[in-house]
Amino acid sequence: MSDVLAITEHRQGELRDVSSELVTVGSELAAQQGGELHLGIIGGDVDAFAEELSLEGVETIHTVDHGDEFNHDVYTQATAQLFGDIDPTTLLLPNSVNGLDYAPAVASELDIPLVTDAIAISRDDGLEVTREMYGSKVETTVAVDAEVAAVSVRPAEWEPTEAAGDPAIESFDADIDEDAVKSTVTGFEEVAGGDVDISEANFLISIGRGIEEEDNLPLIEDLVEATDATLSSSRPIVDNGWLPKNRQVGQSGKVVTPDVYLAIGISGAVQHVAGMKGSDTIVAINTDPNAPIMDLADYAIVDDLFDVVPALIEALE
Amino acid sequence: MKILVTVKEVAEAEDDFDIDGLDIDERYLEFDLNEWDEYAIEEAVQIKEDGDDVEVVSVTIGPERAEETIRMGLAKGVDRAIRVWDDAFADVGMLDPKTKADVLSAVVEDEQPDLVLTGVQAGDDSFGATGVTLAETIDFEWGAVVNALDLDAGAGVASVHRELEGGIEELTDIELPAVLTIQTGINEPRYASLRGIRQAQSKPLDLHELDDLGLEESDLESPLSRTAMYEPESEGDATVFEGSAEETATELASLLRDVGVVEG
Repeated sequence: MSDVLAITEHRQGELRDVSSELVTVGSELAAQQGGELHLGIIGGDVDAFAEELSLEGVETIHTVDHGDEFNHDVYTQATAQLFGDIDPTTLLLPNSVNGLDYAPAVASELDIPLVTDAIAISRDDGLEVTREMYGSKVETTVAVDAEVAAVSVRPAEWEPTEAAGDPAIESFDADIDEDAVKSTVTGFEEVAGGDVDISEANFLISIGRGIEEEDNLPLIEDLVEATDATLSSSRPIVDNGWLPKNRQVGQSGKVVTPDVYLAIGISGAVQHVAGMKGSDTIVAINTDPNAPIMDLADYAIVDDLFDVVPALIEALE
Repeated sequence: MKILVTVKEVAEAEDDFDIDGLDIDERYLEFDLNEWDEYAIEEAVQIKEDGDDVEVVSVTIGPERAEETIRMGLAKGVDRAIRVWDDAFADVGMLDPKTKADVLSAVVEDEQPDLVLTGVQAGDDSFGATGVTLAETIDFEWGAVVNALDLDAGAGVASVHRELEGGIEELTDIELPAVLTIQTGINEPRYASLRGIRQAQSKPLDLHELDDLGLEESDLESPLSRTAMYEPESEGDATVFEGSAEETATELASLLRDVGVVEG
């Protein structure tokens, strides 16, 4: 037993990108362990998903035809049973919102350790996982002292595998105890709608925690008006109720790809970066030269936004 | 009805810091109430205010220093608090989610809550796994990353929104008893009033050691250990505009004109 089992993810009829990224990290790890990569697909149109995930490096795809959408009780049971059947050394799961909703339960039920939000994984003497701490300011290495472990993998950290492969596709007959399913998904709601679609803008001026107070918003609005840009923000601004949800850039908001993304007082947490890293030109104004946003920026001003923004408005007039 | 809220005191690193061994040197750390837990506390206190006979109890695994943070929760409306600590914790390098859940489950056994609220994650290590691990351990139902909660205690159901990626929310009915992990933005956490801060001083804050919980030092053995901490190499190759605010702003203005997103 030196195999890897990776559980894929889908939503509303579509496979999510993390599924083919799991193939990349999973096949790398399987090679290091001298084992094979198994994929699990639970629910939805499993046959179509299996065809789509017939990628290089995958040995066997196990489909569990149960339900249309994610349900954590079903996923927990099905994953634990697949794990029991395949007997892998490493269980890989997506560190997505749904991953966070069942990975800890699976690991707890199987009584194996779980390391979340991995950005690198290797196995030499034992399993070693790299993950961030303190809001991406540092990286850490975590050693796992156990034969078998579960790791949840950060989305968009590995390249997706695109090359086709020829895995065996096997239907797995999971025995789902319906009495233990005590949660029911009743629907979905799109919350980021409204008058503005920030993903259509070609110049976004985006603000973060650095603006400190709601009373400082008018300063930024003056800049937005002077430049005819569109205003967006990172999560804390929306959490505080200073801007509506449809202005939020990031993992739980919108993914944007403007010509210019001007990040003002945004540190660049990973969830934010997920929503804006595809911008053509990224400009950051921040007092902290070590803020993660600086790694991404094409141009940067390391200074107080309350000095730079008024000067910028003036320079544009 | 009783609500148990798990509260963590987290460390935040200053902009400039040094790493000492396997962690940031404590001189560069500030300790505070975990942001996500602040929303969990507010949610519990709001349920208490809207209902009859609801008690809100917080539980924290942390050293004596954490009492300041715990009192913050009491000042915001938590009725009483439990702090779990033992010298043995100081010797554990890294508490993994399962070990934490085992400790918290002993508190759940004592308290018998109907609902447990946790933050989605802790701001320092961002593991994001304690709540759901706890649910599985104590055989409660659960929901992760909840950003709207409508509790029908009579029917024994929590109707929640789970905040998925990309501006989509999942609507889910969860049977009680349950553990819900609370996302930021679900409510507007209140500031502690002066009266609240005064009252907090006389609210119960009980220390439980391992013995009191029926646990032993060996229960804290974790399969995970941190073996390195380092600053990631900067991958940045940004052109940094230098000079006064006027100078840098002028350079930025001409960049914006050159790229063509502003006229002139």
